[in-house]
Amino acid sequence: MSATTAPPSGKAARTADYLDQRTGIGTAVKEFARKIFPDHWSFLLGEIALYSFVTLLISGVFLTMFFVPSMAEVHYDGPWPTMHGVEMSEAFASTLRLSFEVRGGLLMRQIHHWAALIFMAAIVTHMMRVFFTGAFRKPRELNWVVGFVLLILGLAAGFSGYSLPDDVLSGNGLRITDGVIKAIPIVGSYLSYFVFGGEFPGHDIIPRLFTVHILLVPGLILALIALHLFFVVLHKHTQYPGSGRTNANVVGYPLFPIYVAKAGGYFFVVFGVIALMGATLSINPVWNYGPYDPSPVSAGAQPDWYMLFLEGSLRLMPGQTEYVLFGPDGYTLSLNVLIPAVVVPGVLFTLLALYPFVESFATGDKREHHVLDRPRNRPFRTAFGVSLLTAFFILVLAGSNDIIATHFHLSINDITWVFRFLFFLGPWAAFVITKRICLALQRKDRELVLHGHETGQIVRFASGEYIEVHKPLDAHERWLRVQHDPTRPIQIEPAEDSRGVRRKGYRTDRMRQRLSQLFYEDRVEPVTPAELEASHSHGEHDALGSDQEKAPAQLLGESAPTGGGTRLRPEDETGHGTRNR
Amino acid sequence: MKALAARRHDRRAPVVLLLLALLLTGALYAVLSPTSADAAPAAASADQVETGEKLFQANCATCHGPDATGTDVVPSLVGVGAAAVDFQVGTGRMPMQANGPQAPAKPAQFDEEQIAALAAYVAALGPGPAVPTAEQVDPALGDPANGMALFRTNCSMCHNAVGAGGALSQGKWAPNLWETTPTHLYEAMATGPQSMPVFNDATLTPDEKRDIIAYVDLQRESPPGGLDLGSLGPVSEGLWAWVIGMGLLIGAAVWIGARSS
Amino acid sequence: MSITQHGHDGHDEQPHADTAGSDVVLREGEDSPERFPNPGFGPHRPRRSDVDPAANKRAERQVVALFAISILGTIGFITAYFAFPLGDSPQTLHRSNLTLGLGLAFALLGIGLAAVHWAKSLMNDHEKAEDRHAQRSSDQTRAEAVQVLKDGVEDSAIGRRGVLKGALVSSLALFPLTIALPLIGEVGEDWNVRKLKHTMWAKNKKLTIDPTGRPIKAADVTIGSVVHVIPEGLDETGAPLDEKAKAVVLLVRLDPRDIKSEQGEGWSYDGIVAFSKICTHVGCPVALYEQQTHHLLCPCHQSTFDVADGAKVVFGPAKRPLPQLPITVDDEGYLVAQSDFHEPIGPSFWERLR
Repeated sequence: MSATTAPPSGKAARTADYLDQRTGIGTAVKEFARKIFPDHWSFLLGEIALYSFVTLLISGVFLTMFFVPSMAEVHYDGPWPTMHGVEMSEAFASTLRLSFEVRGGLLMRQIHHWAALIFMAAIVTHMMRVFFTGAFRKPRELNWVVGFVLLILGLAAGFSGYSLPDDVLSGNGLRITDGVIKAIPIVGSYLSYFVFGGEFPGHDIIPRLFTVHILLVPGLILALIALHLFFVVLHKHTQYPGSGRTNANVVGYPLFPIYVAKAGGYFFVVFGVIALMGATLSINPVWNYGPYDPSPVSAGAQPDWYMLFLEGSLRLMPGQTEYVLFGPDGYTLSLNVLIPAVVVPGVLFTLLALYPFVESFATGDKREHHVLDRPRNRPFRTAFGVSLLTAFFILVLAGSNDIIATHFHLSINDITWVFRFLFFLGPWAAFVITKRICLALQRKDRELVLHGHETGQIVRFASGEYIEVHKPLDAHERWLRVQHDPTRPIQIEPAEDSRGVRRKGYRTDRMRQRLSQLFYEDRVEPVTPAELEASHSHGEHDALGSDQEKAPAQLLGESAPTGGGTRLRPEDETGHGTRNR
Repeated sequence: MKALAARRHDRRAPVVLLLLALLLTGALYAVLSPTSADAAPAAASADQVETGEKLFQANCATCHGPDATGTDVVPSLVGVGAAAVDFQVGTGRMPMQANGPQAPAKPAQFDEEQIAALAAYVAALGPGPAVPTAEQVDPALGDPANGMALFRTNCSMCHNAVGAGGALSQGKWAPNLWETTPTHLYEAMATGPQSMPVFNDATLTPDEKRDIIAYVDLQRESPPGGLDLGSLGPVSEGLWAWVIGMGLLIGAAVWIGARSS
Repeated sequence: MSITQHGHDGHDEQPHADTAGSDVVLREGEDSPERFPNPGFGPHRPRRSDVDPAANKRAERQVVALFAISILGTIGFITAYFAFPLGDSPQTLHRSNLTLGLGLAFALLGIGLAAVHWAKSLMNDHEKAEDRHAQRSSDQTRAEAVQVLKDGVEDSAIGRRGVLKGALVSSLALFPLTIALPLIGEVGEDWNVRKLKHTMWAKNKKLTIDPTGRPIKAADVTIGSVVHVIPEGLDETGAPLDEKAKAVVLLVRLDPRDIKSEQGEGWSYDGIVAFSKICTHVGCPVALYEQQTHHLLCPCHQSTFDVADGAKVVFGPAKRPLPQLPITVDDEGYLVAQSDFHEPIGPSFWERLR
């Protein structure tokens, strides 16, 4: 025992001593209190998600004090004039009560709903940041998967909560869900009974969703957030490329006090902005929709924004694809529902979840990465991400086609047809354009490194020749543009060895090579010191500037391999300096 | 429509509208003084009918025909009643300016007297719904809770839950109801203009129509939660969550991430 | 170089070669002659509050002011809570919501902005660097871990006792049935999915107006009218919403000359046709009737049905027409059903035709 030292004096010290003797917390404080986090605004996107989740917990606990998750019928006798005497479920009645008869109740409800929309928006933007900067690469692939599951849980939390007030709008959302469930082959009707406790709407769905919404899903989210953050501490945060930042260090500010203040303060900012929205912007006024009844529906029947892509997907699908199998009285297969509601999101989400693994398979890159990519330096990935987002965005717009029709005075049928084509053409066009932009930006970087900034200064030589003076980049400016690894498609061993025996695993390698070519065939490589040297030697006018940064004179050697596998080796250097297609 | 939506929550709007509506209905009442909704235009004077006919021949006959019987594409006006004329001409939908999927509302082309004369003429062509009395459309006399129940079954699928309007097929639309006068609301229900179906007195009794008017009238008040964002539902809420919410939060993040000068 | 404490220049760093795995390369190829060297940290630029005591003082005052705003926000919130009762009109509700919300927002934003401003302008802004280590454990650790597991397996002797292993796996695999069985047995009520194929419509069941329940005389339905219909006696059933979810009908009167086709001979009455209101796509109420085109539009996914042509689909994601309810009139002239629907209403499901 180490408690033999002099007794501590002062209240704080005594408390610390008490705690440390029982928990050994001193070790943890020493280890973590000054942990370094890099500073960048985009690293705060995940924090928006975290803090809006905390906001959701706080406001959600408030709401559960007053909400009654029951579908028993009651007659309304509260103050809202358009609801006098209306028959409604207790869930709806208690929603009205907590909005109109509990001081601050409406505010908390609006804060809760705005926070939910912000939560999902923050998850999506955070995920975009991670994707486009390659932060999901080894060793963080598993954390990407954890984040992906959090996204799905966020959807589940949002959807289950949206349905709780038992109003007409969300009730029709549940009815659509029921229709989609019923379309599932063989077990559809049984699954529908499973979810609704018998026929739609039944008396069970609201209590069931309540348990899902306040216990099951938030519990899982909390656990996974803990895991997500544990991984962040374990891996240490990634950082953007820059002078002094390497794969072996992390540069930034200490947790205590800078991040306690910045991140702690940001929690209050997030909560404050959401409170501001709850104070001034009306959201989901369920009294306008009325209690659920299977007969009415209102124009503008849409889910919250994060489910809008599903709605759009359902709207775009032509109906011809419903089939009856095995004879005229056979079984009904509703591909007109299954494709948009199951296949399309399935494909989008699977691509998203598996992308880190696909990329590392294709590139053969098995190294740890802690310095982020600039999106332009990974044209395929950036273009692929933009293309996926475009598909998502077109579906979101398609889900809003009636609002677009009324606000832009267009025909809803025309809009639907345009989106049907755009869903296929848009992502493709986005891919091509983004990739060209990335390659062009990389060439611009090369140009800048090789020739420096234009100064606007014209110099006349004694010979009468005019040139413009270019100012070379200083080492820090240059580093940002040359720090990344050159990328090349992997090469594989031939199908047969020297004795003509076909080797095992050739087919996998072949596929891998094709994928890799897709990723890296079109590329612009970073400037090497030799290239810079060469450009200086035959472009002597550039040397007029302050060129004190001479690159190392040594040239060429074995290049650092991009592929890591034993059979995989990088493409031969000769003739591939900067192949641009 | 958007401009209307923007002005909807002016505090004075309901009062002004109500006054206007009362004035208009009062004027109509004074001119027509019908005894009940079903009563044909008994009280219309011969003078009025004559004036109306002149106006009709000058402004409407080009499309609807000199005897108002219409063509394959233009509806006949025989039997549509005074209410249809008061609605179509009073909201500026008729005379139509251009062919389109639907005639939009615009400033009325005729004054009240002329509209009344036109209505009297058309009503004289055959029996149809009359212009309602001030009492029939007085929101204060209606039951907004019953109006809500009827509105959401019969109206909200096209006009949206609070009457913000919505899309129909092929470029047609159901208009916003916030600026529509109670009389015009009543007339639209009774006559079923353009794409709108007819809600006769058996489907929606005059009392029920008044309940609906009372419900729509309440929607002119500002909502308890703050700005209504157009009352368009989750799409506009999502848009503003991104624009305002994420906009402010990312702005704050950039500020936090930037070095202090 | 501003890195002082435990920091160091980036490019001087040595690779952590203790983790001998060939796939762990913590360093980029910056020592290769092919690549530029990392230039190390740039110069540190002091902030105004670092060099100018007045600016420093000003920043401190701003932080204090922001905290003060927060306190005022909280006071404002408390005041609003007591000063503005909810009342029962939208105006009073709005006033309460707005004042409480603004109070809360100021209370929170004041703290947040103050803390961030403090960190940005007053706290030490010298960046520090920390080393990273490869995630992988060393070969020795790995070997020891494997040995620990081996020892455990050896101790339990599970490798040699096949029956025991089988018994363990079986019992673990079987016991969840004790929870799953009653759950699955009860969770779907009676599991009688045949109920999906029938509604409460029956011969001579009166058509009544939704939601008032008034019966409808055929003579009262004018051409161009649309009536939202529920079966008579809906409220007396055990589960009115479940029945209503299947039984709602849309009644329309057309000019009989406009009717191009019907789903059954004699299913309409004098131009009055009745169709299920539940969309055959995913079940939204299809209720937007356009009088002039006789088209019915679903507001959820824009499936469009032609009422004059047996409710066939003319646009959108639905495949099948809306099922038609055969109707006629009774002796008193009220509209009644001839029978139930002749096919299941609503969205398709696997066994709907069986």
